[in-house]
Amino acid sequence: MVAHLLRLKLTLLRNGLRRSPWQLVGMAIAGLYALGVVATLIIALVLLRNASPETAHTAVVLGGSAAVLGWGVIPVVASATDMTLDPARFTTFSVPMKQLLAGLALGGLIGIPGLATVLVALSTVVTWSRGVLPALAALLGAALGVMTCVVLAKVVTTATASLAASRRFKDISAIAFMVPLVLLGPIVAGVGRGISASTGFLPGFARTLSWTPLGAPWALGGDIASGRPGQAAVKLLVSVAVLGALAWCWKLLLERALVTPPYAGAGKRRGGRLGLFGVLPATPAGAVMARSLTYWLRDPRYSGSLVVIPLLPVVLAFQGAQTGSYGSLAFLAPVSAFILAWSISADVSYDNTAFALHLAIGVRGVADRLGRALACLTFALPVVLVFAVGYAAFTQNWAALPGQLGFSLGILFTGLGLSSVVSARYTVTVPLPGDSPFKKPPGNVGQTLAVQFVGMLVLMLLVLPEAALLVAQAVTGNVLFGWLNLAAGTILGLVLFLAGVRLGGKWLDARGPELLAQVTVNR
Amino acid sequence: MTAPLPDQASNTGPVAALSIRGLAKRFGGKIAVDGISLEVPAGSFFGIVGPNGAGKTTTLSMATGLLRPDFGTAVVHAVDVWQHPLEAKRLMGILPDGVRLFDRLTGEQLITYAGLLRGMDKAVVAARVGELLAAMDLTQDAGTLVVDYSAGMTKKIALASALIHAPRLLVLDEPFEAVDPVSAANIRSILDRYVASGGTVIVSSHVMDLVQRMCDHVAVVARGRLLAAGTVDEVRAGASLEDRFVQLVGGHSHTEGLEWLRTF
Repeated sequence: MVAHLLRLKLTLLRNGLRRSPWQLVGMAIAGLYALGVVATLIIALVLLRNASPETAHTAVVLGGSAAVLGWGVIPVVASATDMTLDPARFTTFSVPMKQLLAGLALGGLIGIPGLATVLVALSTVVTWSRGVLPALAALLGAALGVMTCVVLAKVVTTATASLAASRRFKDISAIAFMVPLVLLGPIVAGVGRGISASTGFLPGFARTLSWTPLGAPWALGGDIASGRPGQAAVKLLVSVAVLGALAWCWKLLLERALVTPPYAGAGKRRGGRLGLFGVLPATPAGAVMARSLTYWLRDPRYSGSLVVIPLLPVVLAFQGAQTGSYGSLAFLAPVSAFILAWSISADVSYDNTAFALHLAIGVRGVADRLGRALACLTFALPVVLVFAVGYAAFTQNWAALPGQLGFSLGILFTGLGLSSVVSARYTVTVPLPGDSPFKKPPGNVGQTLAVQFVGMLVLMLLVLPEAALLVAQAVTGNVLFGWLNLAAGTILGLVLFLAGVRLGGKWLDARGPELLAQVTVNR
Repeated sequence: MTAPLPDQASNTGPVAALSIRGLAKRFGGKIAVDGISLEVPAGSFFGIVGPNGAGKTTTLSMATGLLRPDFGTAVVHAVDVWQHPLEAKRLMGILPDGVRLFDRLTGEQLITYAGLLRGMDKAVVAARVGELLAAMDLTQDAGTLVVDYSAGMTKKIALASALIHAPRLLVLDEPFEAVDPVSAANIRSILDRYVASGGTVIVSSHVMDLVQRMCDHVAVVARGRLLAAGTVDEVRAGASLEDRFVQLVGGHSHTEGLEWLRTF
């Protein structure tokens, strides 16, 4: 049965690659990147063989702890959860729980992150090959450490996937979860700065970590090599106990997930409340705008990214407090403008096959594009204005305000225009409607990366005039450039906005059926 | 836009509500639809039947402008669907199968959205939404998000969205799937009255009994080809539609075997 599950995972991986050459490209890029990182780490670990036991111990424990932490956090943070072996799909097969657990755990090792972790972990055996016993201890530690990584990742993903019993809870938790994630940067940065401020602190930190679940398995080889068999024994116990506890948690969560299919828990509600549809103009574009705005509020895939915006100033202010210079706050308005404008570049991908309604009705492409762009603009414009004015008030540098505003508005308008074009032509892999914003389906990573990268490049080119004026003002200090920037950002931005809406609309009219076929593939 | 309004079907005699010529579609190496030509007379209740994977949905998608055909044409009330898609779609109400809905809207909002997207007047939309919800027995759930609807309710709300602009041709792909018998009977009587007043309905289904009772015309499709088409009586030629269908499609060869299924 375990072998079956592993074969299934390999087959799914192979068939996924067969679906489109882009998948292969994405896999190749990820593979090359991983290969570079893995090779560097392996060389470092081999070189550590000749370092003092203390140094090697510190490095291995810190690196190992980071790996365990990464496996616990990254699947959720980077929305890179590997759902190819989604346990929910095994509900109807009576796979014995033990074998299901073993199969899913080993299946988690297949793939680039798993393979990389295994290779690097095994290299620690080389680091401690200063004798037979240390090497054996390191091997045992590596095996335990890798298993801890995988099982921890499974616990985290199963917990976040099955915590949600109802749709409403799922929606809210997904959004609430964004908050600590966004703030993770400042927290980690703060801790990191504290560490680097005292290098002598690192060995002590590693020693402490080696008693915790994160570092215990990685300390076995070092402890034996340094002649501390007693400590090694205790840490072995800690690692085994942690692994056991995690496996037990996972088993409980999985058992619950298997017998608790998602249910639609909502009472009956009579109508009479049209919401935004009753407020906005009764035209096709107005209807699209009302629908988009409703989605921004109701669909966690959209509202999740909305939650990030008010946290941005917090993150930047924290960074400023750390460094003592609040210069990075200057990026607040332009960056928010960019995030919000770019957020609709995957709008049709987010619609998924619901887009068929627009196509079946024969909505004009321009109305479709305009509605979506205006919906985003309704809240993006106030946000950008508030951030730009807020920054000027904070720094008391009102002379910089027109330039700031011009640059930010230029990015916002131009970006919305460009997004309107991009989403009319290219689809990217996004979480499916109703799924958690963190549950990304396995899709064409290659095209997603290409669309994002090239799109941003084009946007940079399009806002070059505003950027040049901003630089000119910064260099000369002449306020005239600021006012010119405001004019350029508004006028040029709006021209590009309308051009983007028109071009996107034209493409949508011409290629609507092809676009629907593309999102059907991503379904 | 000044699209020429097609003449009233009743005035000009038997004009085809939908006329498709040599439609064909290939997905990779698989030919899903292999040259289907079909005339759907105006005012008919037309059933398209076929086994799973016969190409019904693909054909209807190509006929309604959702999927670009590799070959062939589709004409709705004298408007070419692929030359003048916007004009053709104004004449049609479409219930596609296997697509999502904008399910974060309430049922009421979804129908309203469909109406407003058609450029209809706000007051007209509001009046029709109320009536449609009542006809589909969804008034009690009008304010519930569509994502929380059951499969049958979802089907009904999608059907209501296809009806709101009073189209001249209704193309319904599997409209009765998962719909309870009472609602199905309601929908059938709505469709019967619609056809009686001159509208045209095309339904696809693989429930033969239903098609035999409901439709006056039928087409049998299998493996991407049209096997028979005409009035229901012509096609079934004295036998029941189900027997005739099995005979045409040439299934029913696997009744032996599976002995183990009875051994428990």
